[in-house]
Order: sequence, then structure tokens, then C-alpha cells
Amino acid sequence: MKELLIIAVGSALVNNVVLSQFLGLCPFLGVSKKMNTAAGMGTAVIFVMTLASAVTGAIYQYLLKPFDVTYLQTIVFILIIAALVQFVEMILKKYLPPLYKSLGVYLPLITTNCAVLGVALNNVKKSYDMGTGVVNGFATALGFTIAIVIIAGLRERMEYNDVPKPFQGTPIVLVTAGLMAIAFFGFSGLL
Amino acid sequence: MNKAMERLSNGIIKENPTFVMMLGMCPTLAVTTSATNGLGMGLTTTVVLAMSNLLISLLRNIIPDRVRIPAFIVVIATFVTILELLLEGYLPSLYTSLGIYIPLIVVNCIILGRAEAYASKHAMLPSLFDGIGMGLGFTIGLTSIGIFREILGAGQIFGYQLIPLADAAKKIPGYTPASIFILAPGAFFVLAGLTAMQNQAKMNAAKKEKKTNAMSNAEADCQGGCGSCGGCGTTFVESDPEVKE
Repeated sequence: MKELLIIAVGSALVNNVVLSQFLGLCPFLGVSKKMNTAAGMGTAVIFVMTLASAVTGAIYQYLLKPFDVTYLQTIVFILIIAALVQFVEMILKKYLPPLYKSLGVYLPLITTNCAVLGVALNNVKKSYDMGTGVVNGFATALGFTIAIVIIAGLRERMEYNDVPKPFQGTPIVLVTAGLMAIAFFGFSGLL
Repeated sequence: MNKAMERLSNGIIKENPTFVMMLGMCPTLAVTTSATNGLGMGLTTTVVLAMSNLLISLLRNIIPDRVRIPAFIVVIATFVTILELLLEGYLPSLYTSLGIYIPLIVVNCIILGRAEAYASKHAMLPSLFDGIGMGLGFTIGLTSIGIFREILGAGQIFGYQLIPLADAAKKIPGYTPASIFILAPGAFFVLAGLTAMQNQAKMNAAKKEKKTNAMSNAEADCQGGCGSCGGCGTTFVESDPEVKE
């Protein structure tokens, strides 16, 4: 239990996906203009990433390893993730329309979110078993949500600020992200 | 041959993926801690881009339109796996320093973007040169960001000590490296600075042309940068449902 907690805190805060591993930067910059959309994207990522960690972990453990074809992991994982996202979308549409309504728009975008593939590959690289992998996936996604919600809040405030002209748009968001990354260094004392 | 040169210069200058299109931001920020890493990542991506463009252009009449995106991804992922194994075997030091970002080349927007926008519609030779040009443009972008960060963060360039370092204990005067530039936040600051400089340059150019809408131009370009990633996403949106059918 203690180990799992350490992994979770490490992935969510200390080695934050966006701010220290630079994965999932596209949605981080693209969908962070408003708090609502950012939170929606975060929830969708938590959902997909946890599920993807479980499925890729299972496939790796019970299919790729016994047949000794672990070198195929990149190809297999990206296809699994793309298929999974489609599948989740279809199931949600059919059985959980309210949830689909709030997450639906973000689901297709997640296929190109490199953080999902990154987590699947990281789980294998660190040779986590399936359970640990799921915890790691969930924690990583939580870290992503924390980061994107914070920056969305900051961007909403920034609307009213007098930003120098060349810095308007993407550059000021990058500067803010840099300052956040410095702040997140503070968590490294946790472990 | 003329066409080939035109594709090369298009990738390197006119549609430079890093500075103009702002694609593939994840590896751009993650691996540019040194010029060597940036160059290695850039060249690896170039090889994948050239090979996948070549093969996709070759197969463009065979791949059914409805399943083209998954087919492209499989082609790209195959080349990435080949390169990953080659790097592990022949350049183990680069392999360890790039780490997880090598398999992540698969989800690099530039490669899928070029496959979809160019290689699937043009003949083999132009597609090959388009891939090489785009790849070299990406390499130049990564290497120059890497050089910038390495000089500021360690006073080195390609691992060679460019500026002598200060040593407080021995009272040797010199450069005290701002190591934040090698750490994660530095990546954001350097890219922010570069984008701002680019915006400024665009604004100056617009001013020269005496256009009054200079600012809206610069702003529209920034938005295009973020939007282009979403653009990759939309290709998935459009085509993936068809896979299921």
C-alpha cells in the first residue's frame, strides 16, 4: 500500500506529466482557455488513461510477453489506445448519455494525447504489474488534470492583464507554465 | 529535381515545423536539454518521416480511404520500432538519453500530418524529399533550441565547454551556469521567448507594410499554432468512426 501511495504521489505531483515530462502539451495549451472545458478534458483524460493502463497492462502481460514479441509494444499500444477511445465513446453514447454529453467532445482528441501512450510505455518500462500500472495511470492523469485546471484558472485571470504585445497568446501561457513548473519543484521534497 | 529542392526549402524555411507551424511540441521541449539530444531526436524523426512518407506514397493507391489513418499509424509505428531497435543496438547512449521519447515519435503530429497532407496525395520522390525537408526543419529547430539551452544552462555547446565556468572555491572568474535552463521550466521560458521574438518579427514586418491589422495577424498565427494540434485530432475524429464499420 505504501509503495502504491509513493508511486501515486510521484506521478501526480513530483513528476507531473505536463510540467516535468512535457507529455500532453497540446491539450494543455489548446484546451485551457476556460475552467469548464479544462475540467472536462481533465476528467476525460483520467477516465481514458486509467482504462488504457489497465488494458495495455493486461495485453502486455498476457499476450506480448508469453509470445515473446515485446518489441511490438509501440505498434500494439497505439492501436489499442485508438480503438479503446472509440469503444469508450460508443459505450458512453449508448449507456451513459449524460456522461457522454460532458466528455464526448474531448474523447477523440485524447487519441493524439501523447501522455496516454507515454503512461502505457512508462508502465512497461518500469515493469509495473497491472494493478500498479492502473494506479500509476490514474495518478498521472490526476496530475494532468491538476495542471490543466490551474493553468485555466490563471488564463481566465490573465484576460484582464496588460500583457506585452509580442507575448500575447501562446508565449505568456508558456511563461506561466514555466513558473508553475518551478512551483511544482517544491513537491520533490515530498518523497 | 527542381521540385525536390522546392520541397526541401519548404520544409526547412517556409513551413518549418518548429518555428512556423509549432507542431510536435512535446519532443521539442522534452529532449532539448542539450544540442546533442536535440540533433539526435531531430535526425531520428527525419528518418522516420522520410521512410514513412516514401512508403505511404507508394501505398497511396492501395490503402482504402476509410482506414487510411490507422494504416498510416501502423506504418509510422513500424518505422519507429525499427529505429528504436537500431538506436538501442548502435547508439546506446543516445537511446538512454532520449528514453521514452523515441517510441513517442509515433504520436508526433508532424509525421501523421505530412502523411495525411502530402504523402497520401503525391508521387514517391517529392514525398521523400518533403519528408527529408520537414525532418531537417524539425532538426534545425530542435538543435537551435538545444544549443540555446545548453549555452545558458551549462556554458557548453555539443558537450564542449564554450565558456569557462566560474569556480568560487578557487576564485576563478567565469560563467555561473543558469541551470534552470536545462531543467523543465527553462524549456517553457526558452520557447516562450522564441515565440515572442517571432511574433515581434511578424509585427515589425507587418508595420513595414503599413498594415493596420498587424496585431490581429500575430495573434491569429499564435492561435493557429495551438489549433494545429487540434487539427491532428480532427483527422482522427473524422476517420476513426469509419474504422469500426
